[in-house]
Parts: sequence; structure tokens; C-alpha cells
Amino acid sequence: MTQSAGRDNEERIPHVLAHNSADNVAVTVIEGLSAGTTAFGVITETNAPFEVQVKEDIPIGHKVALKELKAGDTAIKYGQDVGRIVKDVAKGEHVHIHNLKTKRW
Amino acid sequence: MSIVQGKQSPFVGGAPDQLFTPALPAKRASRDYAKATFTGWRRENGRVGVRNHVVILPLDDLSNAASEAVAAQVKGTLALPHAYGRLQFGEDLELFFRTLIGTGSNPNVAAVVVIGIEDQWTNRVVEGIAKTGKPVVGFGIEGHGDIATVAKASYAAKKFVQWATELPREEAPISDLWVSTKCGESDTTTGLSSCPAVGNMYDKLIPLGIYGVFGETTEITGAEHLARERAATPEIAEKWYAMWKAYQEDVIEAHKTNDLSDSQPTKGNIAGGLTTIEEKALGNLEKIGHNSKFLDALQPAEAPAKGPGLYFMDSSSAAAECVTLMAAAGYVVHTFPTGQGNVIGNPILPVIKISGNPRTIRTMGEHIDVDVSGVLRREMTISQAGDSLIDMIVRTANGRLTAAEALGHREFVITKLYRSA
Repeated sequence: MTQSAGRDNEERIPHVLAHNSADNVAVTVIEGLSAGTTAFGVITETNAPFEVQVKEDIPIGHKVALKELKAGDTAIKYGQDVGRIVKDVAKGEHVHIHNLKTKRW
Repeated sequence: MSIVQGKQSPFVGGAPDQLFTPALPAKRASRDYAKATFTGWRRENGRVGVRNHVVILPLDDLSNAASEAVAAQVKGTLALPHAYGRLQFGEDLELFFRTLIGTGSNPNVAAVVVIGIEDQWTNRVVEGIAKTGKPVVGFGIEGHGDIATVAKASYAAKKFVQWATELPREEAPISDLWVSTKCGESDTTTGLSSCPAVGNMYDKLIPLGIYGVFGETTEITGAEHLARERAATPEIAEKWYAMWKAYQEDVIEAHKTNDLSDSQPTKGNIAGGLTTIEEKALGNLEKIGHNSKFLDALQPAEAPAKGPGLYFMDSSSAAAECVTLMAAAGYVVHTFPTGQGNVIGNPILPVIKISGNPRTIRTMGEHIDVDVSGVLRREMTISQAGDSLIDMIVRTANGRLTAAEALGHREFVITKLYRSA
């Protein structure tokens, strides 16, 4: 996660939101986030800004990896365990059912 | 930052309500809700309803035709056809009666005509509803036939309607509201905006004396450690945990053919970006806010009996089943966060839709009562979103039809525990 110290961050509309500073995925909250964009993000609990270079087109509501994730790693959202990474994911890539599975049932 | 809503609406999917409903200014965040009131009907048992329905309630599937005939004959009545009521037994039968009696007893219902194939179970429902003190009468079809039964029931229904339509609304304190919640077609935006808005509403109103309830037993999976900590006592925590675990073991483990990833999350959830049940559960649990502890873990359709506060109800995560159970427990306004656009309503319980997904607001605006998409743009705080929801709860209580009511959504779906005999 890159800390961005821009003065205008308070006014900027975020592209992605993370819930907790421990999260390794963030949610795309705009329509049409495309590969190559340097997405502006905010951690909702702390209001801290960050940036992530998005490597794939990511639909609204879908998740982007904030770190390199390896198969077997735990995806963290809300600061909590939300499942197991089953395929390596590069920072900025789409995280969804193709690379993240439930640990339940 | 002010929120200008509706200006760019292309009217795809219908005009969002916000065209006619300006968002609340930030200063309302400090509103003193303790003095807030609404107008409703105070029923014979002291509960206050926000709707004034005269219900034609079939005991069983066989009585739907007669009930619908009465509702067609007598204007201003509401038939509640359903699929069950024959050859049920044991706990499933008890739940069935609790659901029917609870529905008729709900303060949003002024009076009830019950129609059943035979007299005995019909009378059981009539006697259950009569405990509230409200007008209720039952008719059995056997020995008379549909036509004579419809005639007798129509005379009774007409009297009830003319009586009910003269009942005035009275002012009541906001503490008289019973507000339920359940979300549907959730996505990642519900966990970021609409569910926390419901939680903020509970954090503000439960201390003032309202009753709240959340449920969706399977959909706590992944957040059960957090839910357990929110029980008011260790005993209630254990009761809750036993309920949650029983579903995992008795239903999911007994019947699953895979990891449930074809059903939970739903296809709509997955399209909206939710990947796992854990992720869905954590967003779901945002609806109970930060401060309230739940006072009991209720059986499906069980009325809360431990005073004002938050409750958990053992219930399906299927929207219509869950909302029907909450209506049967006596709740009078429902708050329903949605991401992808669940269109559910209920015949007697107004269902307020709240969404933060800008695409859903744009494409399905006619289904949404409260737009909190400003939270995702950081133009609206969670507290402001909660205030917008409280404002809509009071307006709905005062008589504004919800989107689901205006569009005729009347999903009345009885939860069935196992096959009939």
C-alpha cells in the first residue's frame, strides 16, 4: 500500500475502499475501473488514504489485491479471515471465486 | 459536502425516489430522536401498528380460493394465500401455527377473517389471534362449500373494513416502533454502506426503547465469533451458538452436496463481488451496529418477550421467508439493505429498501427507498446514512408507501422445517 500525501485527499472520490488497515483486499466502488489505473483508496475505519496500481479491469463491488498473495494465504477483509487464496494473486489483480475460496462447509 | 441527487438520472429502471426526497442535511445528525413521534393505530393490546389491514387468512392451501374470492368481493381487504397447512406435525406444525397466528396478531393488522377447510384448526388460529383483543372470526368450508363460505365470510369482512377504516391514527413515541432487519442480494457495497446505516439506526434508536431483530442463521457463518460476543449474557450466547451450530450440523452437513458455494453466497452476491460466506457474513453483521447486545435468541416467528432491545431470530437467509417470520413476531417496519437489487416486499410489513450501490440506484431506482451511495463517494457519513434511514422509517410509519408496497410486492412465504406426513 502506498501512502499518498496529497492535500486534496479529503475531497477525492475513492476508486476503492478497504475496511481495516489489516485488509489485503479492497472493494472497487466506482463503475469502469480499468487496468493500468492508479486507484485512489481509503481505509474506512481510519480514513487513511492509499494507492494501488490496478492490473485488470475490475467491476464495481469486486475486490482488488492490495498485496502479493500466495496460494494458501488468508484473505483479510474487515480485519477478519474471509477465506483461503487458492491461486497466486499479484498486487492489483482481481480477487474473486477463481482465486479465493471459503474455509467453511 | 452537499449531495445533489437525481440530477443525472437517466430514468433507466424508473425514477429514483430521491428525485422527490432530498437527502437530509448533515445537521440532522445531531437530531434528538428521543422526542420523535409517528402516527399509527394503537391496538387493543397496546401495540402500535403503522398499517391498518383487514386480512383474509387461509388456514391451508385448500382455502386460498375462498380467501381470494372474499378479498375480490370486499374492497380494502388483503388475502394471504400460501402453500401449507395440511398434514404438518411436531415442531413444523408449531412453527406453522406460530406464523399464522403471529401474522394475524401483528399490530399492522386491524382485523382478521380466517377461512379453513375444517373448523378445529381454523378455531385454533382464531383463538390465537383473539388473545390480542382484535376482531377475528373464522369459517370452515366442510359441510358448506366454497360459495356459502365466501358469502358468510364476505359479510364479516365488510363489517371489519368499515370499522377499521374509521379508526384514526394517533401520535405515538418513536419507542413504540418495532423495527426488523434482513438484507438481500447483498454485495460488497452493503457491507460498506447500507448495512452499517442500519447498524447506526439501531445504535441511535435501541437506547430509546425500540425493539430490533436480526436473523439469517447461516449467514452469520464466518462472523459467529463476533455475533456470539454480542449476546447480552453468557447464557444467551450459548443459546445462540447452539442454534447456529444445530443448523450447521443438522441441515447443512446432513443435506449438502458441495460446499454450498452454488447457493450461499447466491449467484447475485457473486455477481456483485462477494466471494465467500465469511465475507458475506461480516457485511451482514454490520446491520446490528456497535453498541446493542441481543437479549434473546428467538425461535422462528417467536415474539420477543424480554423487553425493548435487540433480538436474534433463528431464520432462513431467504428474504421472503425471513421477513415473513419477523412480521409474525410482531415487527411493524422492516429495513432491508440491498446491493444488487432484491425486490422483496411483504403483505403486512412495509419493507424499506436501502442501497449504496450506485449502479443499482441507477438501473433499479424504483425499488430503492433510501440512497446511501454517497457513503462510497465519501460524501455521506455512516451517521448521516443512519439519519436518512430513520427519517424514512418515520415517514413510512406515517403512511408513505414503500417502493415494494407501491409496486405490489406481497411475498408471504411460510418456513417449513421438513416434509409433511
